[in-house]
Amino acid sequence: MITKRIIPCLDVKDGRVVKGVNFQGLNDVNSPVELAKFYSDNGADELVFYDITASSDGRKIFTDILRETARNVFIPLTVGGGISAVSDFERVLSCGADKVSVNTGAIRNPSLIPEAAKLYGSQCVVISADVKRVGGQFHVFARGGRDDTGIEAVGWIKRCVDAGAGEVVLNSIDTDGVKKGFDIEMLKAVCDAVSVPVIASGGAGKIEDFVELFREVPKADAGLAASIFHFGEVAIGDLKVRMNDENIPVRL
Amino acid sequence: MIAIVNYGVGNLFSLESSFNAIGHKVLVTSSPSDLKDAERIILPGVGAFGDATEKLFASGLAEPLIDEAKNGKPILGICLGMQLLFTKSYEFGEFDGLNLIPGTVRPIREVIPNDLKIPQMGWNSLTFTNPSAIYSRTPENSYVYFVHSYSAFCDERYITATTDYGAPLTASVQNGNIYGVQYHPEKSGNVGLDILRAFCEVGA
Repeated sequence: MITKRIIPCLDVKDGRVVKGVNFQGLNDVNSPVELAKFYSDNGADELVFYDITASSDGRKIFTDILRETARNVFIPLTVGGGISAVSDFERVLSCGADKVSVNTGAIRNPSLIPEAAKLYGSQCVVISADVKRVGGQFHVFARGGRDDTGIEAVGWIKRCVDAGAGEVVLNSIDTDGVKKGFDIEMLKAVCDAVSVPVIASGGAGKIEDFVELFREVPKADAGLAASIFHFGEVAIGDLKVRMNDENIPVRL
Repeated sequence: MIAIVNYGVGNLFSLESSFNAIGHKVLVTSSPSDLKDAERIILPGVGAFGDATEKLFASGLAEPLIDEAKNGKPILGICLGMQLLFTKSYEFGEFDGLNLIPGTVRPIREVIPNDLKIPQMGWNSLTFTNPSAIYSRTPENSYVYFVHSYSAFCDERYITATTDYGAPLTASVQNGNIYGVQYHPEKSGNVGLDILRAFCEVGA
């Protein structure tokens, strides 16, 4: 049976993982390559690298890091951040990314998803949506959650999937950082609307939050988190053993 | 030397890296003479079957590949590369493959329940159905990474492993020296590297 995926997300700036990282046994805890290898060795099913660099020098460092990671880590790698044109897809795919996630780029340029899907296949195109409740509606936010686009989120995500996105990362701004669990209501709304894999993001604070996610939203395919893994608050190995105990299909 | 057939489909960086990681030199090549000189050949592929088979035949690499296969050289098709080994595909039309293994490639939707998502994307386990040398280092029920919407349908004797996605789907095949895996060994962690290692030991 296909298993539910556990995905650590690494925010990378100027070649370093940002947000504190706290692990024993790693020589350089802020090295994306070392951290990626650590997660891969400890049961992560996939990795997301998010490039939060603004400068072009930073971009170059990022792709170097990506290449070095792909040389050493043999699990699927999704790359996001600063993807605004098809040439950005080419840039990261040629360095070993397997999937590319688009966010603000897809809002600004409606042809980005269909063009990329045609060139690289839908399996390679991920729509990453930052979503927040505004006046009783789910709205898509742009620029890392800073700008309310006013676009209704579920319809928007569905249109992205119809245009060729093969996977959805749903990041709830409302639950992000709160550590009280994933946004079950928002996830249900999106999972009911699309037939491609959905990755839940935002809100995980403990192992039970993942159990609740897969119990309450059986259609969710994966849970993504950053700081709780980086700080060692949740060890992926322990999380997966618990999921297995709860009869949630998982790769041990 | 192991040759990875480069016919302009997909990115080969990870695949090349995975062989390097297990200590094997690979040559990513579009040259027919390299296929002749190689000890083993890898046929990769992502995307749509029609586009890929067109490019493979247009590149002039299909005939030497078929020749080497018939000469008994170990060949491993990966993902769409596995599907290309078959007779025909019905992905967006009807297209001829390399016909190195008799069978067809058809939508998994034909056999799986409607509530399951397409593509099958993620880690699923292997059930062995016939012995194969590529699993000499791999215990049954090991997990490998799949991304596919189409699957190979062929005589059971060619199927070496299946995976359960609401129905048993073809995970790997073998016809003599010709091997194919639907999943991505280069993205399946240590299990995948062991499968590539075992392929590198076939006939050695």
